[in-house]
Amino acid sequence: MIKAILVFNNHGKPRMSRFYQYYPEDIQQQIVRETFHLVSKRDENVCNFLEGGTLIGGADYKLIYRHYATLYFVFCVDSSESELGILDLIQVFVETLDKCFENVCELDLIFHVDKVHYILAELVMGGMVLETNMTEILTRIEEQNKLEKQEAGIAAAPARAVSAMKEMNIPQKIKDIKLPDLPSIGNLKF
Amino acid sequence: MALKKVKGTLERALDKNVQDLVRGIRNHKETESKYIAECVDEIKQELKQENLAVKANAVNKLTYLQMLGYDISWAAFNIIEVMSSTKFTFKRVGYLAASQCFHDGTDVLMLTTNMIRKDLSSQQMYDAGVALNGLSCFITSDLARDLANDIMTLMASSRPHLRKKAVLIMYKVFLQFPEALRPAFHRLKEKLEDPDPGVQSAAVNVICELARKNPKNYLSLAPLFFKLMTSSTNNWVLIKIIKLFGALTPLEPRLGKKLIEPLTNLIHSTSAMSLLYECINTVIAVLISISSGIPNHTASIQLCVQKLRILIEDSDQNLKYLGLLAMSKILATHPKSVQAHKDLVMQCLDDKDESIRLRALDLLYGMVSKKNLMEIVKKLMVHMDKAEGSHYRDELLAKIVLICSQSNYQYVTNFEWYVSILVELTRMEGTRHGKMIASQMLDVAIRVQAIRHFAVSQMAILLENSHALANNSQRNGICEVLYAAAWICGEFSEHLQNPKATLEYMLRPKITTLPGHIQSVYVQNIIKLYSKVVMKGEVEEDAELIKEVNQLLLDKLPIFVQSSDLEVQERACTMLQLVKYTSKLQDKGVKVADELESLSAGDLNPVALKAQRKVPVPEGLDLDAYINRPPSDSSDDDIQGASFFTMSTDEHRPTYQYEGDNKVYEPTEDELEKLREARKFEVEHNPHYLKGETKRKGKKYDASNIDDIPVARIDLSVPLHVPGVSPSDKYLMLPSSERKGKKSKKGKKKRKKGGHGGTESDEDVEAMHAVSTVVDMPEGVNLSDKDDNDDNLTDPFRKLDINLDEPLRDDEKLPIRTHHIVPESSQDRDLDAEEHKKKSKKKHKKDKEKTKKKDKGTKERKRSKSGHKEKDQPSLLLATSGMENGVETAVNENAGDFKSVVDNIAPSDKIEDIEFWLSGSDAAATPSPSKEEKTVENHVSHSPEITVNDVLSTEEDDNVKISEEKSKKKKKEKRTSTKDKKLKKEKKKREKEKRNEYEEPEGITTPSKENLSISQLGTPMETKLPPMSSYKLLGENASIKMTYETRVTHQRSDQIIVSIIFNNLTSHHVKDMEFNVLDTLNTKLIRGMGQSHHDAVKVPFTLLPGSQNEGQFAFSIDSITMPQRMRGTLTYIVKSDEGSTHDKLDFKINLPCSSYLMTTPCKSADFATLLGSGDLSAKSSVNITPVDTEFSHIIAKLCFFLHFRLVEQVEKSASLYSKTIQDHPVCLLVKMNDGSVSLDGKSTDGTLLSNVLDDAKQLLTDTS
Repeated sequence: MIKAILVFNNHGKPRMSRFYQYYPEDIQQQIVRETFHLVSKRDENVCNFLEGGTLIGGADYKLIYRHYATLYFVFCVDSSESELGILDLIQVFVETLDKCFENVCELDLIFHVDKVHYILAELVMGGMVLETNMTEILTRIEEQNKLEKQEAGIAAAPARAVSAMKEMNIPQKIKDIKLPDLPSIGNLKF
Repeated sequence: MALKKVKGTLERALDKNVQDLVRGIRNHKETESKYIAECVDEIKQELKQENLAVKANAVNKLTYLQMLGYDISWAAFNIIEVMSSTKFTFKRVGYLAASQCFHDGTDVLMLTTNMIRKDLSSQQMYDAGVALNGLSCFITSDLARDLANDIMTLMASSRPHLRKKAVLIMYKVFLQFPEALRPAFHRLKEKLEDPDPGVQSAAVNVICELARKNPKNYLSLAPLFFKLMTSSTNNWVLIKIIKLFGALTPLEPRLGKKLIEPLTNLIHSTSAMSLLYECINTVIAVLISISSGIPNHTASIQLCVQKLRILIEDSDQNLKYLGLLAMSKILATHPKSVQAHKDLVMQCLDDKDESIRLRALDLLYGMVSKKNLMEIVKKLMVHMDKAEGSHYRDELLAKIVLICSQSNYQYVTNFEWYVSILVELTRMEGTRHGKMIASQMLDVAIRVQAIRHFAVSQMAILLENSHALANNSQRNGICEVLYAAAWICGEFSEHLQNPKATLEYMLRPKITTLPGHIQSVYVQNIIKLYSKVVMKGEVEEDAELIKEVNQLLLDKLPIFVQSSDLEVQERACTMLQLVKYTSKLQDKGVKVADELESLSAGDLNPVALKAQRKVPVPEGLDLDAYINRPPSDSSDDDIQGASFFTMSTDEHRPTYQYEGDNKVYEPTEDELEKLREARKFEVEHNPHYLKGETKRKGKKYDASNIDDIPVARIDLSVPLHVPGVSPSDKYLMLPSSERKGKKSKKGKKKRKKGGHGGTESDEDVEAMHAVSTVVDMPEGVNLSDKDDNDDNLTDPFRKLDINLDEPLRDDEKLPIRTHHIVPESSQDRDLDAEEHKKKSKKKHKKDKEKTKKKDKGTKERKRSKSGHKEKDQPSLLLATSGMENGVETAVNENAGDFKSVVDNIAPSDKIEDIEFWLSGSDAAATPSPSKEEKTVENHVSHSPEITVNDVLSTEEDDNVKISEEKSKKKKKEKRTSTKDKKLKKEKKKREKEKRNEYEEPEGITTPSKENLSISQLGTPMETKLPPMSSYKLLGENASIKMTYETRVTHQRSDQIIVSIIFNNLTSHHVKDMEFNVLDTLNTKLIRGMGQSHHDAVKVPFTLLPGSQNEGQFAFSIDSITMPQRMRGTLTYIVKSDEGSTHDKLDFKINLPCSSYLMTTPCKSADFATLLGSGDLSAKSSVNITPVDTEFSHIIAKLCFFLHFRLVEQVEKSASLYSKTIQDHPVCLLVKMNDGSVSLDGKSTDGTLLSNVLDDAKQLLTDTS
């Protein structure tokens, strides 16, 4: 089981948090902070597994994370999950984000955290891995987006125009999330 | 109107959306909380508006704020409003917010049940999908109960996307509502073979999660998973399955044997590291479970270790980490294989990655030997000096202590070295393991007598430098060692060089800053030292010394008297008075040293951790009995009776004063006193207790706990250097030089150890000190006695420990709502959904019918109690006799929506019953079912050995390969069946007497008994009848005997119930019984829903030694005119002390035509009408010479065994009547002439009649 999925940046600012077990908001924040603390002090070239913090889990739980440019993706899982499998899952997640946002960067996550949630919902449900096949995931997401557009229809046009206006203020987006090659697990196919 | 809408839209466009909110927060970095407070106010306004779009936008913003840590539960109701929107966009927003902030305690959740149900049955796939997603996060037990059935329906949806989600969410449902597991399980099982890989993977996922907690219930799925493993190419699924097998193998070693080969093949072939790693892990689990060294398994171990080495040597830190992790698992059972890689592990200790270092540390634990212990510990000490971060340092410290103390100091050869190490460890800054070091010091000093002298000198040094340790005492755990130091110095003061000096150290004012419990120990041990000094003074007649020391104590002890700690204060007062008194005596010239000495005379042993609990409760003592009756209706009941020493509330008198019930208490005191004495005696005379004997003595290793010494706890911390402590390094040189000399002496004795030539042998390293293993325990109790209190009853997963192979009972079904308004919605509804709805409607109808029936059943029960018998009422059997009917109705109930699934699914082949499947693996080769074989060939690259010839053919259409094994099995069956026949005859006599002994098992009504009484009512009983039993022998071997009878009910014309009594003939438990018969065209065993006609039915009980129990199995029948014989097998496990053995018993069930007859009363007038009506076209007659010529016996037998009913009897002729369950009347005229009996029968069916007459003939001529 996956207990929580956290995305935060290099400064520990939460960009997305998903808990599959209920924690009050303050504890959630504490967990994010603690996890950030644990993860951020690790070098780039150490292993991606951490025996979990004290707040979340316990002996049976592990933190499995990946660091992409400015963002950390951390999964807190128990022993029923395969460590390398979860690393792959993170990769699938990030690649899916990359496809959906067209060259994803931190700003995409900042402004569209809801969409990130929807994408994640196609990968993991209730703490269990739902789908690992990226084409399947993308089809589902596209279909839902289509549905959303249909519903919005003409009524949403003004709203879209306004938001387009607002978008223009954003300084040029920094597209800096690069997906590094992962030689160790590159062979795993889904 | 239109204008309003446009206006709304425009307003909406100007509302802040999430992006604006984010932007705003970013622009108000300084005043973030203020800005957010403004936004929340705005959101509150927006939530008040009618427009759902505005609300959705507001909720979306709230979701973002929630992530930042703001509580949004106040908006729960608004979130539900948004969830209930018909628009997907808004619905999704609502569900997302709900999934982020709803939980068990959210009270508005109970409002959502119907809304979620509506969403789940929505035409729009994504509505249902989103609802499932949300539900998976906030499902409560109420929601789970109410929605379980809807989710079940979705599991059969035609869309894989929904199926997948529904399957996955079932796990959450089970967690919240364990009762759903059994009804839903078989459908879940079906999904394992779903054509859609996503659904399959979800099902594997769920079952793996379930099985992880309660693996034994899922053993029967092993063949299915095995098939999946060899056929699936989805690595994700493979990993899960392989992990699952890892959990299953400890329960079933034969499974492990079967797995080894495919797994090793996967290890060789796969290129995916994650899969490789999981394979290795499971192979390790397998090897652990079958650790009985079968030769070719060393090869597997070698393969694993070798592959792991490759992982560890990899530059990828992740692989390195996992490699070490897996290595430590091998270490437990095959330490030798791992020890060969010591170099690698030591190398990892230097890794820059802390996780890896910690893992390497774990491995070191198993790698030490007598030879390398010092070296390894030295290395660890060096690491400890360098280490940054207290966590890792603490870990190192704990590991050092653990390594040294493991298996009773097995590897420590020189305890002086060990004590030095412990003393060195006290220099650790800020460790929290002070207590651990202290307990080690105490343990070593107490149990290794020879070391005491050295230990005491070291402890004296510690005490001398206690100021360094005692700094910041409250914050530092290390001061705890002073506890040990003080105690050791006091207790073994005879070893002290200069007791007076030590006494002075212990009386420093600084000591008062130490925690109370340490001060208490100080005070106590000061007296011990004091008596030692006085003794010395008296012996040497040094009055000056005595005076000095008296004065010292009189001066210094008062600082303890002022302590705020009660214990310290009390002890100090006592001691002070004692000193005053002795000094008074000494002034008079009395020698008191001996008496002072006796204050602390005698040896102390550590008390075992469990000792208190193990004190046996004396006979006659009822711990739960009240000593004083609690006052009735008292509100503080719980205080009463809890303790012996509670004051009785009314009289304020100790409860152990003599009155009333207190007799119970008396023996306790006596017994306790006896126990105490016995213990003392034992301590004194224990031959194992080593009293300062020679240093070199064979050590006794046992598994006793060494950390048993009770030590209280505290904290403190300080950097320090203790001067004069002997450094441990010097011991490193010692053994190497010593070893040389010894080797020549011991060389010949050196025992040969199998395995690696390179591994060091421990035997030649001599231990320098003996370890005493004595601990105090109550008499007659072993230390190793199991602790029974460890069970953790609060585990939520315990509730899911449910036997899944048992057939479903009547009451086991998912709760289904009774009222449901089907929402009429848009026209463009696809066909699929329409069908769906119809089905669900049908289901409701059936359900209602069923409940009606049930009602009737209960009514009927009442009626029959009051003595009425009405033919046409549904019989008791349906209402009460359990599971068979349950299965049947459940099947009916679900048949509708099943069909669609069943069509999609490849017939679940013949997965042979688990026992058989597993036992196949014992026969040399790997008999994998041929289907696997086929798929295996497609599969990546399987080694050729798997496709050997003697594979079991399991697919029906696969006629090409008929396995030898199968034909063998058939032969065997034949043989046993003939044997059975013989046995049957022999046993029949015994059987007849059995009837009376047979106990009715709880909860099962026995219709046969009722039938019996009915038939006896109608049967004349002037003469005494021989005891009769309708139970016939079914099969018997050395361990099990089965007898059976058949039962029918007029309510079901297509069903017969075979009730079997299982009789355990062994003195062991018989468990996991599985009952299976080969179905014939006409007669089929009714199995659980979804099970194929080859699945066995689990017998829902285990048999205690020598006991018996009855199980009922229902068969569906088409035609009743022909007798049926069915072959079957019962497999079971006999669990004895030596282990468990699997066995099977073949049998044949006879279902003669007469078994379909029901005793039916008939009036003679009706009987005559019936005979005269001409309906009974079939006639038949037979002449028999019966064994028993008593006419009444013959009639009784016919009535009892063939279920006839006497209509009329005139002298030696009688007319009998019966009816079959399919309403064929059978009339019989019995006449007796000179020892022969003629039977004339009439019925509507000729075959039936002649068969019944045959039965009668057999019955009456049977000599046995």
